Amino acid sequence: MRDVLLALEGLTKAYPGVVANEDVSFTIGRGEIHALLGENGAGKSTLVKTIYGLVKPDRGRMVLNGARFEPAEPRAARTSGVAMVFQHFSLFDALNVAENIALGMENPPSQRDLAARIEEVSETYGLPLDPFRVVGDLSAGERQRVEIIRCLLQDPKLLIMDEPTSVLTPQEVTILFETLRKLSAEGTAILYISHKLEEIRALCETATILRLGRNVGTCDPRETSARQMAEMMVGGTLHVPEREAAAPGEVALRLESLSAPSPRAFGTSLKEIRLDVRRGEVLGIGGVAGNGQDELLDALSGELRVAPGMIFFEGRDVGAEGPDLRRALGLLAAPEERNGHAAAPEMSLTENAILTGRVREGLSRRGFLNWGRAKTFAERVIERFDVRTPGADNTAMSLSGGNLQKFVIGREILQRPEVLIVNQPTWGVDASAAAAIRQALLDLASNGAAVIVISQDLDELMEISDRFAALNEGRLSEPRPAPGLTVDEIGLMLGGAHDMEVAHVAE
Amino acid sequence: MDLGTFSPVLLIASLMVAATPILLASIGELVAERAGVLNLGVEGMMITGAVCGFILAVEIGNPWVGFLGAALGGALLSLLFALLTQILLSNQVATGLALTLFGLGLSALLGQGYIGVRAPSLPRVDLGPLSDLPYVGRIVFGQDLMVYISLALVAAVWAVLKYTRAGLILRAVGENHAAAHALGYNVVAVRTAAIAFGGACAGLGGGYLSLVRVPQWTEGMTAGAGWIALAIVVFASWRPWRLLLGAYLFGGITGLQLNIQAGGLSLLNILPAILISVGIVTLLVQLFRHLRGGPVARRTMITGQLLVAAGIVLAGLNRLFPDMRIDQAFWLSASPYLVTILVLVVMSAGRAPGSLGKTFHAST
Repeated sequence: MRDVLLALEGLTKAYPGVVANEDVSFTIGRGEIHALLGENGAGKSTLVKTIYGLVKPDRGRMVLNGARFEPAEPRAARTSGVAMVFQHFSLFDALNVAENIALGMENPPSQRDLAARIEEVSETYGLPLDPFRVVGDLSAGERQRVEIIRCLLQDPKLLIMDEPTSVLTPQEVTILFETLRKLSAEGTAILYISHKLEEIRALCETATILRLGRNVGTCDPRETSARQMAEMMVGGTLHVPEREAAAPGEVALRLESLSAPSPRAFGTSLKEIRLDVRRGEVLGIGGVAGNGQDELLDALSGELRVAPGMIFFEGRDVGAEGPDLRRALGLLAAPEERNGHAAAPEMSLTENAILTGRVREGLSRRGFLNWGRAKTFAERVIERFDVRTPGADNTAMSLSGGNLQKFVIGREILQRPEVLIVNQPTWGVDASAAAAIRQALLDLASNGAAVIVISQDLDELMEISDRFAALNEGRLSEPRPAPGLTVDEIGLMLGGAHDMEVAHVAE
Repeated sequence: MDLGTFSPVLLIASLMVAATPILLASIGELVAERAGVLNLGVEGMMITGAVCGFILAVEIGNPWVGFLGAALGGALLSLLFALLTQILLSNQVATGLALTLFGLGLSALLGQGYIGVRAPSLPRVDLGPLSDLPYVGRIVFGQDLMVYISLALVAAVWAVLKYTRAGLILRAVGENHAAAHALGYNVVAVRTAAIAFGGACAGLGGGYLSLVRVPQWTEGMTAGAGWIALAIVVFASWRPWRLLLGAYLFGGITGLQLNIQAGGLSLLNILPAILISVGIVTLLVQLFRHLRGGPVARRTMITGQLLVAAGIVLAGLNRLFPDMRIDQAFWLSASPYLVTILVLVVMSAGRAPGSLGKTFHAST
């Protein structure tokens, strides 16, 4: 056993109506890579926020290095040697790398000294980074490097990482792991949160599993199978999506040299995308975030109109048409951001059902809404997709991420699309809900619709896709049959590691 | 071309006086907006500052006490805005509009007994021989102290935002308040301070109106200056030096058009000359940049060429139709607004602070 660095004893935190953590105790050793596992809403985030000083526990105590540890705020936690890399990067787009890093330090040196130190640390750990670039222009992998270096400059004893690999290419993941192992060898403990069980098996020495706020067990992930861990998380057996093979039908959607500038600041424009999608197939589109995924979805859904002659739905040129007409034809889409894009957070589920279902479900007549039908439709979605909510009158934002995601995807599937495009369908969704969503997408394809799944989760794409293509800087690679693709081939399709090099280990 | 009684030196000297209230108010609003707060109550804070400053200056007999009072008055009113938006989480746009209405009413009430009274005057700085230099003497060394203070404020705001940790934290809070909170910065405290600074600057701007520029108290005397200040912040892309340019451009053209109207010059006769010279300056600036190896902005090049072309066409039209007339007063009065917007837009808009106008609540 290693020396104990941090001991948690009986931590309890309740919010109105829900107990986020209940009597959680475990220890993290010096230099240990410790995984924290659990479904959405199992209390992982609350727990790490407690350690980082963002949340005060109702009961229980923490002991760091043998001394009582009660950080009142993140600053105090950082001073004690606890650093954290956030899941949603806590970076400032308009500021440069050095400024971003200075904001996370207690007594930052002058800009020039800081830039020199950034270069030194990035050299040591193989994380190349130009201190004077504006963060808004960086790729997701580079942004994560900013966060990691920000933490490393403070010589942390414990580094907390919340879902660090969800935005990285396989090569970047390999390099991140080299960096983390090197840190661990130098005596820095790492608390690692992830949904990806295979990664945890490759990296971590100990795993603590939370379910409904309680610590339900500890295991050695190197000797436990991914399936066993998943079942400990869920507390039951896990359903693996399956499908009946269907022969691909005729072409439903054709893209011919689709090019369009991005409507967003710091966005990626689409460049010469060519693609045929057939009925009955699932096309997976991988790629690191920010390589044109949002823009592609916008162009297909009709939010972003493009020049004529680029998008053909069953032979009809729809590039210049808006979302309503495309929906009427059967071209449906569910964007990535649940709160604010796919759903209006402050409106009820019935109202949200109207927002996309109006055209195809006949929820309005001559400009007047048919509330009865809308409610029935929303309730059908809730029932068919097991959305856990007291009723259709509840607001979208009152649902947990996974439940809202089930509602958003289910709402489109129940409209019987001919072509469905989804972006990140299971992002931030726990294992059992993700399996349900994937199964629904496969069923839809089996029934003759064409499905395009844009995702950054490669395991997910390999599990459900018939063909796989990758987006890189707004260009789409040639689609290839998904079965049999190796990780290296996929990595190359994704554009490889963006100028990363393997850490100079053991220097 | 006959310029009549038109004097460029006096024009530039007076444009600095005309622009100072707007400059003061907008530099304060710039700081608030860089911290992520959209305070539409600038007009209300300005006029409150104007009346507070006027009353104190008259009662105590010292213009400097008046300016202090103007800054305090504006800051106090802005703290009401801070209380409502930062602590009670009200909507910033609605609260800002209400603040303007409240300020206009409050100032009218406070200023009841002061209409027609004269304020003690603020002496111009006299640097002896320097102020007597031809041309530059009057412009550079012959202003009143508040003009220099306003310029110093612009420089100070620029330096603080760019070079200090406090400025970095302020920008971070305005850019992404959730991330700033996650790093442990006190978003509400930073914003409250920025709002108070904005209020004090707006108050100073108002005080300059009632104590120097007019110098009298009349109800509603800011007459939209606060709104101009707000607009200039946006068109200046939230950058202090552009803001100075915008405010002086606005002040300058306001002065110029009054001179033209008073001097009875024909707008059609001088417009071609103005268009061509602005166009040529634009092109020269681009050429200079190109010679120094910098990037050339295509949009700006085209604008410069269009300006020259429009000037030439207009001059030709004047020759062909010597009897052509337009509604001179209308176009002249509109010109400061049109030109300021045009110029600042051509300089290409920047990005607004990411959290601008959004309500922050540390719920997570």
